Amino acid sequence: MSERKLTKGNIALAEGALQAGCRYYFGYPITPQNDIPEYLSRELPKRSGVFIPAESEIASINMVMGAAASGKRAMTSSSGPGISLMQEALSYMAGSDIPCVVVNIMRSGPGLGGIAPTQGDYMQAVHGGGHGDYRNIVLAPASVQEMFDLTIRAFELADKYRNPAMVIADAMMGQIQEPCRLSPERPVVVPEKPWALTGRRGRKPQLLKSLYLGPGEQEEHNLLMKRKYDTIQQNEVMFETKDLDDAEIMIIAFGTPARIAKTAIGEARKQGIRAGLLRPITLFPFPGDEVARFSGKIKNILVVEMNTGQMLMDVKIAAHRDAAVSFLGRPGGGIPYPDEIVREIKKALKGVTAA
Amino acid sequence: MNAVFKRPDALTDRETHFCPGCTHGTAHRIIAEVIDEMGIVDDIIGIPGVGCCVFLYHYFPIDVLEAPHGRAPACATGMKRAQPDKIVFVYQGDGDLAAIGTSEVIHAANRGENISIFFINNSVYGMTGGQMAPTTLLGQQTTTTPYGREFRTEGYPIKMAEMLATLEGVAYSARVSLHSPKHVNQAKRAVRKAFEMQVNQMGFSMVEMLSTCNTNWRVSPREALKVVENEMIPYFPLGVFKERTGKDFL
Repeated sequence: MSERKLTKGNIALAEGALQAGCRYYFGYPITPQNDIPEYLSRELPKRSGVFIPAESEIASINMVMGAAASGKRAMTSSSGPGISLMQEALSYMAGSDIPCVVVNIMRSGPGLGGIAPTQGDYMQAVHGGGHGDYRNIVLAPASVQEMFDLTIRAFELADKYRNPAMVIADAMMGQIQEPCRLSPERPVVVPEKPWALTGRRGRKPQLLKSLYLGPGEQEEHNLLMKRKYDTIQQNEVMFETKDLDDAEIMIIAFGTPARIAKTAIGEARKQGIRAGLLRPITLFPFPGDEVARFSGKIKNILVVEMNTGQMLMDVKIAAHRDAAVSFLGRPGGGIPYPDEIVREIKKALKGVTAA
Repeated sequence: MNAVFKRPDALTDRETHFCPGCTHGTAHRIIAEVIDEMGIVDDIIGIPGVGCCVFLYHYFPIDVLEAPHGRAPACATGMKRAQPDKIVFVYQGDGDLAAIGTSEVIHAANRGENISIFFINNSVYGMTGGQMAPTTLLGQQTTTTPYGREFRTEGYPIKMAEMLATLEGVAYSARVSLHSPKHVNQAKRAVRKAFEMQVNQMGFSMVEMLSTCNTNWRVSPREALKVVENEMIPYFPLGVFKERTGKDFL
């Protein structure tokens, strides 16, 4: 059992990247994630790494692309407006099978928005963002420890599937301090990358591209990518449950709201209401089968998000047809309070609110 | 018998998609000849922009990364920093480098990234059908300046080689032309100089090449060469605008 140290979320994430073997960071300042580049600008040079304060988020992500195409673990981090600028290159990297890690410490939007915590970028990360038919692997930490562990996991998954992986956390996760084990759960292994562009010496020339102009080529490529996403869906779903065995209502929440939901569940149970929690840890792949399975038994679902209902849609698609899905959303920097959640639980059980 | 002329080893045996009369092929050839002469083909990585230049990987038997439109200098930055012992070059057109990618090229140059950029200036967007580029000459008719480029509404043709030469991080910035054998030889010397700057870790090097796009200019290949000589060169003067000579520039 290794020692735990009081650590800020953003620092745990940055340290996780270092311990995952990431030696290439490119970024542009934006609140509330500045601790990450500041920490890495100090630490990377000590490890013969590269830190470039780029001229824009567009440049940052394309520098990531260049380093990642060289076979290196590379990352950038940003928040809403900056992540929007990165969507072009994320699409190119998905199309070119180039792995990378992109961190979004979410601030409220749309537009310049505010710097308070939110989960408003779920759709962008999970369902959209850039152009074309692709998916990001998306991980959602709910503790400082997970900021560390899931960043390492993001590098592993990105490399395993040669696909961009995102860690999305609200500003609360970035700024909170908690005891954290700052060593990997298991030894970090960086796989061989025989596809990397390192010059053709001793082998045939290699190419990383996303342009497919020949008849049928693009469709074939898309179907190949689809098979990859299906494999990810099959093998990589991560979730946590709490108190679901006897639950009459299942809260579904990720990130900060999932933590608050745990407090609310304790409170509800004191009042004799059997509430439980399903917390998706991977947002893509989404634990849709688990939502379906649990909602077959637990007919009441309350989705709690810090937005106006984004993951809600995935829950609705997955939920058992007899399940009643309610929603509590606090967008724009609002944070749900435990008593607010308990109130919504009671309403949901009375069938007062339907999402 | 000694071969006195052959296809460079750094070019594939493949017909290009370039229009007859286009000087992209010439640019490819001189870059390939220099790669051969310097013996760097096994350790070089090319990054083309988007446009007619994108098929670089068909013609150079080397490792190639396809960059998003305009972003090649940023991709090259990441790649060269990750592999400082490799030769990284970028090949961009004028829409790519001088319009959508101005930010990326200026900052790569200003950081003194140790990469080489070959910049094809043919005064139009070629692949998309001849729209106005930032390099389009005043009065030049394109598909989006049907009445000719007018400085009051479209501004002036941008001079990238001169502009980049003002930046401290730049080791070499030159403009050459591909419209005559003499100029092609000069261009090849500039390409060699750019690669040598990189090999010697001198910093950012860029060679702007005045090039023809006879298809979109709606002229014959022969007339296109005259357009370069009589219309482009007077506005885009040839020359070396910056050349570092020592390593003690920091």
